[in-house]
Amino acid sequence: MNNQRREILKAGGGLGLFGLLAAAGLITPGEARAEWNKAAFDAKTIDETLKALGATAPANSADVQLTAPDIAENGAVVPVGVVSTLAGVEAIAILVEKNPNPLAASFMLPVGTEPSVQTRVKMGQTSDVYALVKAGGKFFIAKKEIKVTLGGCGG
Amino acid sequence: MADPMKIRASAKDGITEVKVLMSHEMETGQRKDSSGNLVPAHFITEITAEHNGRQVLAGQFGTAISKNPYLAFKFKGGAKGDKLSVSWVDSKGDKRTDEVQIA
Repeated sequence: MNNQRREILKAGGGLGLFGLLAAAGLITPGEARAEWNKAAFDAKTIDETLKALGATAPANSADVQLTAPDIAENGAVVPVGVVSTLAGVEAIAILVEKNPNPLAASFMLPVGTEPSVQTRVKMGQTSDVYALVKAGGKFFIAKKEIKVTLGGCGG
Repeated sequence: MADPMKIRASAKDGITEVKVLMSHEMETGQRKDSSGNLVPAHFITEITAEHNGRQVLAGQFGTAISKNPYLAFKFKGGAKGDKLSVSWVDSKGDKRTDEVQIA
């Protein structure tokens, strides 16, 4: 796979091909490791981010669970977990609506990796947090509001 | 060079659970220092995990991931003694790879 990636990188001259692929959606794991998706991470609204991820109009799904506290005392460290019971999950992304750039992280899960990730994010203020899951080529989303009593982005 | 990651990987009932704690400032580029100048962004952008050379996770981080990022995930397979390595690359091109044996 590493060899393949090198070939692709060589052929694509880095950004050109990869930028396109990344802009077109989350690249399927196993094919290649995506270059950092600048368009998606630089997007300033949820809609722009979803568009940059190729996830237009994701369906609300009860099969996507976002685990996070209702109230986060410290916005600098908010534990967020995403678990899904959907089959064939290929990718998971975490979005914080009111952050300057909503996309916090995206993960590509090769076959055999469980649809379950946990991390910690910064939140500037109380906001809806979204878990976006790509399974079987379709996008599903779940959201939860997290109240922040102390913002994570103050100096 | 960044400090080593703390990685814990444990296999149970055919599933390996991995917990990683990276050591990184994760500077957003939106914070100002005491004299009011913007502190330039410096954060981990990509993280990958491999089990015996096979990729089990590829992640991309934005600036909203907390300082000293924590990441936990699970994958099928993996036995005690197998190698699990985690690598990251940050926005300045710094890299770090650490390896542990699955417990």
